[in-house]
Parts: sequence; C-alpha cells; structure tokens
Amino acid sequence: MKELALILVSTVLVNNFVLVRFLGLCPFMGVSRKLQTAAGMALATTFVLTFSSVCSYLVQAWLLAPLGLEYLRTISFILVIAAVVQFTEMIVRRTSPLLYQVLGIYLPLITTNCAVLGVALLNVQESHGFLQSMVYGFGAAVGFSLVLVMFAGVRERVAAADVPAPFRGASIALITAGLMSLAFLGFAGLVKG
Amino acid sequence: MITAIAAIAGLALVFGLVLGYAAVRFRREADPVADQVDALLPQTQCGQCGFAGCRPYAEAIAAGEADINLCPPGGQATMRSLADLLDREPKPLAPEHGVEKPRLVAVIDEDVCIGCTLCIQACPVDAILGAGKQMHTVIASECTGCELCLPPCPVDCIDMVPEPVTLKSWRWPKPGEFVFAAADAGRTSPPAAAAPRKEPVPSSEAEG
Repeated sequence: MKELALILVSTVLVNNFVLVRFLGLCPFMGVSRKLQTAAGMALATTFVLTFSSVCSYLVQAWLLAPLGLEYLRTISFILVIAAVVQFTEMIVRRTSPLLYQVLGIYLPLITTNCAVLGVALLNVQESHGFLQSMVYGFGAAVGFSLVLVMFAGVRERVAAADVPAPFRGASIALITAGLMSLAFLGFAGLVKG
Repeated sequence: MITAIAAIAGLALVFGLVLGYAAVRFRREADPVADQVDALLPQTQCGQCGFAGCRPYAEAIAAGEADINLCPPGGQATMRSLADLLDREPKPLAPEHGVEKPRLVAVIDEDVCIGCTLCIQACPVDAILGAGKQMHTVIASECTGCELCLPPCPVDCIDMVPEPVTLKSWRWPKPGEFVFAAADAGRTSPPAAAAPRKEPVPSSEAEG
C-alpha cells in the first residue's frame, strides 16, 4: 500500500511526465489554450492512460513474455493504445457530444501522446505488477491533468496580458512551461531515497 | 517468426472484435427523424414554439417531448405534414404560441429609426443591415417574418407588412382562398387581444 502511494506521489509530482520527463508535450502545448478544453482533454487522457497502462501490462504479461516476443513490445503497445483511444472516442461521442466536439482532433491524437506509450514501456522497464501498473498509469494521468489544467489557467491569463511583441504566441507559452518545469523540479526533494 | 505474426494478428483480431462490439453497443444515432422534422419546419428561427430555433424544436418533436402544433409560422400545413410524417393525430395550433398569419416581412420606418442596433441583435437570420447611430433597413428577401425585432425596438419603427407580390412570387389564388382569407380577417380581430404578440396591421401602408 505504501509503495502504491509512493508511486502515485512520484508520478504526479516528483517525476511528473510532462514537466520533469518531458513526455506528452504536444497536447500540453496544443490543448492548453482554454481551460474547458484542457479539462476535457485531461479527463480523456486520464481514462486512456490508466486503461492502456493496464491493458499493455496484460499484453506484456500474458502474451509477449510467455511467447518470448519482447521485441514486439513497442508495436503491440501502440496497437493497444490505438484500440483504447478508439474505444474512448466511442464512449465520449456517445456520452457527451459536446465534449466530443470540443476535443475534436485531439481525441484521436491521444494515440500519439508519447506519455501514453512512455508509461506502458516504463511499466515493463521497472517490472511493475498489475496493481502497480494501474497506479503508475493513473498517477501519470493525474500529473498530466494537473499540469495541463494549471498551464491552461496560466495561458488564459497570459492571453490577456501585455506581452512584449517578440515573446507573443508560442514563445511566451514555452517560457511559461519552462518556468513551471523549474517549479516542478523543486518536488525532487519531496521524497528521499 | 510464425508465433510473432500469429500473436500480433491475434491481438489485432481481439481488439477488432472489441471495437466492433463497442461500435454497435455505443452507436450514436444521428436521429434521422429530427432531420426530417427539421426539413418540414419553416426555418424562421422565431422561437414562438418556446425552443431556441427550428432545429431544437425538431429534436424535441423527434424525442417526443414537444407537441406538433406549436409552430405558428408553419401553420396548419406544417402541422398536418408533421402529423403525416410522425403518424400522430392532427390537432389545431396551440393559440398560446401565436396565431397563423400570412407571411409578413419587417419594414423599418427609416425616418423614425434612431440606429440603436437592438433589432440587429435580435434578428436570428441577420436580415437587418445597419450600424450604430446609422439608419437600419431590412433585407426583405432574407426576412422570415418572425417578428423578433419588434419588441426590442425602442421607437416602434418596425412594421410587419405582407410580402410584396412580385413577378416571382405571384400565383393564382387557390380555390376558396379568398373566402378563407376573408373569414380569417374577420376572425383575427377578436382573438388578437389574446395573442401575446403584437398583431400586424394589415393595411399598415395606409397608416403611414
């Protein structure tokens, strides 16, 4: 139990996938213009990340490892992620057409979110069990959501601010992201050992 | 090699089956009924039915949440075709949503207009042209006669007049149309007080 809590804190804050490991930067930059979209994207990604983390663990443990096909890990994980994303898209479309419209192209783009594949591969690398994989994926997703929503909030303020001309647009967004990343690196002192 | 191919193929097959099942299970019907109902409505977007526009009303009808007799611009004809389409009992128009009247267009008395733009904001089809403190005017071919511009006008400079008969819109009167129109003219005056909206003055040109 303590280990699971540790994994959760580690993935959410200390080893945050976006700001410390620099994975999943594309949606981080692409969908953070509006708070509402960011929140929707965060929810969808949370679901996909947790679910695909578990699924890819099952594929690894039941299919690839017994057959000695570890070299097919990446392609089969991509297959898993694509299927999970497609599944999520169907559910979102069914349950919330509005959210489906808001997310638009970004929903299928979760497939190419490197954080999703990164979590799946890191699960194998760190030889996590079933529950650990689930918590690891969920933690990564919560960290991603937290950072995405915070960043969207900042960007909404920045959009209204008087930014010097050379820094407008993507530059100020990247600078903001860099400052947030610095702040998150401060969490490295949270857990010892 | 063979195991690798079989494993990936099996994996893909399993996911394909799951997604295929999900596609059937979570299918979102594009509600063809609402589309057909929407096609029958007059697209005045007047909101007299109590919905935000024709499309929301069509969806409500399709979902069985709204009655078919709430559309005064469409009138009896629309109600009857809706009843045919949906196989429901035809019923007279609900008087609390307004009464059926001949197709009208809005005309702005340009001498009185103060250029407040309130009617421009109210117009659902962007048929009013003008700018702040400039005279406004109505593009007659775009106007649906929904009367939504009447209440906001602070100087009451908008009149609803019957659509001018042009070479394109003229047609032979239908049999009994004159009788119907005459009877209608006699009938509209008393219930006019009950109708929530301002009744159009049939001879507004004479009134000036």
